[in-house]
Amino acid sequence: MKSMRTPLGRVHGLGSAKAGTEAFWHQRLTAIANIPLIIAGVVIVISLVGRNHAAAVQILGSPVIAIVMLLFILSVTYHMRIGMQVIIEDYVHEEKSKLALIVLNTFYAIGIALASAFAILKLAFGV
Amino acid sequence: MANAKTPSDLTRPISPHLQIYRPMLTMMMSIVHRITGGALYVGTLLLAWWLLAIASGPNAYATFQAVAGSFIGRLVLFGYTWALLHHMLGGLRHLIWDTGHGFGPAEREWAARATLFGSITLTLLLWIFMYVMTGGLR
Repeated sequence: MKSMRTPLGRVHGLGSAKAGTEAFWHQRLTAIANIPLIIAGVVIVISLVGRNHAAAVQILGSPVIAIVMLLFILSVTYHMRIGMQVIIEDYVHEEKSKLALIVLNTFYAIGIALASAFAILKLAFGV
Repeated sequence: MANAKTPSDLTRPISPHLQIYRPMLTMMMSIVHRITGGALYVGTLLLAWWLLAIASGPNAYATFQAVAGSFIGRLVLFGYTWALLHHMLGGLRHLIWDTGHGFGPAEREWAARATLFGSITLTLLLWIFMYVMTGGLR
């Protein structure tokens, strides 16, 4: 039996474009944020090279450094989550594996973000 | 519209894939941008480990330092530095393109070369600086 629905009506809502614009925009937003944060992050890491544990704790735990590192972690993990999702969507076409990988990608990004943020907060609060 | 053939009824032309095209610098840079992004993604494990090691205490930090300071550790960190800087400069190029500028043949070729030259130079300078600061090979 021929469907009475129009071709457009049949495909409405079935495409992959559900939140693409937001991802595109957030990718750029975090890219812009990443530039100064990476420069600051690299300076912080280099300043710690060759120092002992006590010095590392003191530097990373100071408020300004801790805030910069937290922003760095937040922006970078958010950015990389979007980027990896694009890669997955480009190369994995089987719906179930694609969905599974996208879920794992989100878990990974949140895991890295939370673990890193926890470490920085622990150092900053000195517990 | 009602009589139009569905896509599966037609032998549609298929878009050629990468091996069809002559390798070009801008194309290679696009591929490398994605590869460095993927490498940085995995490399955040090192960042998290580094931070957790410091937060855990001197012993955990010593373990991290031993691994990071080994030959392989340094090689990975050197590669990571380059990937980070290359991806950052490549991203800057993309942000410029997002404004609608830099698409001309000469401009995009220049930007590709500048990104590659910049990332390699900055990586080398950073590592030389780091070795000088820490008093050479420890």
